[in-house]
Amino acid sequence: MTDELVKLSAAQMAAKIKSGEVSSRELVEAHLKVIEAAEPSIQAFLQVSADEARAQADAFDEKTAKGQTEGLPELAGVPIAIKDMIVTKGIVTTAASKILEGWVPPYDATVIEKLKAAGMPLLGKTNLDEFAQGSSTEHSAFGPTHNPWDTDRVPGGSGGGSASAVAAFEAPLALGTDTGGSIRQPGALTGTVGVKPTYGGVSRFGAIAMASSLDQIGPVSRTVLDSALLQEIIGGHDRRDSTSIPAPVRPMAAAAREGMKRDLKGMRIGLVKELGGEGFQPGVQARFNESVKLLEEMGAEIVEVSCPHFPYSLGAYYIIMPSEVSSNLARYDGMRYGLRVMPPADVPQTAANMMAYTREAGFGDEVKRRIILGTYALSAGYYDAWYGSAQKVRTLIIQDFNKAFEQADVLISPTSPSTAFKFGEKMDDPLAMYMNDIATIPANLAGTPAMSIPSGLSDDGLPAGIQFIAPQQRDEVMYKPAAALEAALNEQWGGPIWQSLKTPWLDGLNK
Amino acid sequence: MHLGDLARIALTDEEIARLQGELNVIADAINKVQEVAGDDVPPTANPVPLEAYLRPDVAEAPLTQEEAVSGAPVSESGMFVAPRILGEE
Repeated sequence: MTDELVKLSAAQMAAKIKSGEVSSRELVEAHLKVIEAAEPSIQAFLQVSADEARAQADAFDEKTAKGQTEGLPELAGVPIAIKDMIVTKGIVTTAASKILEGWVPPYDATVIEKLKAAGMPLLGKTNLDEFAQGSSTEHSAFGPTHNPWDTDRVPGGSGGGSASAVAAFEAPLALGTDTGGSIRQPGALTGTVGVKPTYGGVSRFGAIAMASSLDQIGPVSRTVLDSALLQEIIGGHDRRDSTSIPAPVRPMAAAAREGMKRDLKGMRIGLVKELGGEGFQPGVQARFNESVKLLEEMGAEIVEVSCPHFPYSLGAYYIIMPSEVSSNLARYDGMRYGLRVMPPADVPQTAANMMAYTREAGFGDEVKRRIILGTYALSAGYYDAWYGSAQKVRTLIIQDFNKAFEQADVLISPTSPSTAFKFGEKMDDPLAMYMNDIATIPANLAGTPAMSIPSGLSDDGLPAGIQFIAPQQRDEVMYKPAAALEAALNEQWGGPIWQSLKTPWLDGLNK
Repeated sequence: MHLGDLARIALTDEEIARLQGELNVIADAINKVQEVAGDDVPPTANPVPLEAYLRPDVAEAPLTQEEAVSGAPVSESGMFVAPRILGEE
């Protein structure tokens, strides 16, 4: 029973709640059982909030019994996991950093308020690279998360915890944050769906700030429709976020359902010449090419587009991101929350020295590397040459997108150049690690929505992803072809990609 | 290292040596952006430009004093306790 229940999509779980076949509490219990069985090998969670989840589920079931659930979103009552980069009132939030170890936020992020209003129980907080800085979840101060497809390999990052939790059936849904690919790349590496909405489409109030002009909260799920339904819940205007777009939520679930009919006649899909080929693993490229063929068979017109400035996006990103990181992380000063480390006795016991020793002890290597790089980029004499130039590249990338969207309705590329790599493989080479995000970064720089869905298993038996990118504030445009491709691939495979996933942690749960 | 002071991180000698090497490699990689950043290209700060606006002038309940200091490493009588600002000299 547990086994069958947790393998349903979130939309299917919601339907069973609606028909009275299952309660929200039963769904929570089923997932807590999986979490208990899976965590020793997967380690997706930093914190499991079992008591809170049970209380929320009971409150929802009581409302259902009283007939008070009218008007709630379709996913009402379905549990969800939250990346530990998003603050949750009363539940420890750490950003996987020692500097915030044990911190209990006094408020909820806007997206958490919306999930609570929708009656969706919070299962816990998922692991990430410290302050979302990394592409493998190896930079977590509390140990790495393992990829359910091969536990000797990384789940991607920074949102490896959310992606692994959803892939391993520990949660049907999760929230992530995406600054350069932190939702989409783990999605590709774990065979799950990950969406970065339009910048400003989902409130960032209560998302721990990494690089404010790039950060975006988004859905993680096993199906395209589930992500659409979730994005409709968390999206929309919030005046507590000054970059939140004052416009209604886009019709994403309708677009996904339209896509499931597998008719893409009249849609122009653009292959981005600069994102693919050299540097991409042959198996990843092969699955991508097969997906393109399926899209064409469903009636889409495939066109090649060129975005000549994309090769400069990685450079621009590694100026803008660390600059904003160095500024945003200045708040961890040992004064108002988090860790405080006083200097050794022979050093003056001043506030400035306390800050320096606190930050030395509290931040990990990658975070220090980025703060120092950002401090350098923003320092007098370098500002115009680096930060100023990077902002100009950003304009050029937006112009590339604008031109591409004149020729195509939606753009596609492989999500990540490779499948999941082994622990330690890229830890000593920051540049090799940074290359993971080569295809995902342009969407962050331009603020466009983008999503990754599984494209199949590469030659090594590990999942690969395909990325769809839509124009700003038209997120629904990518959901339609993504749902169509998902349906076509599922038919070809005789079921979802996770049919090929071995899940020893689920054995014996049905007793 | 000067950058460590600016960033308020008490880096160890070993960290400084390692960071110098890494930063040089990263700097070479990102210097490329200057190739295309001509004078005629305007900079972008926010990819989705929005007009600033005022919220309705209605009072809202902020965090209570107790909530605001709840995460403080040291607090006293509802206030944050900070080390002294000035050194000995």
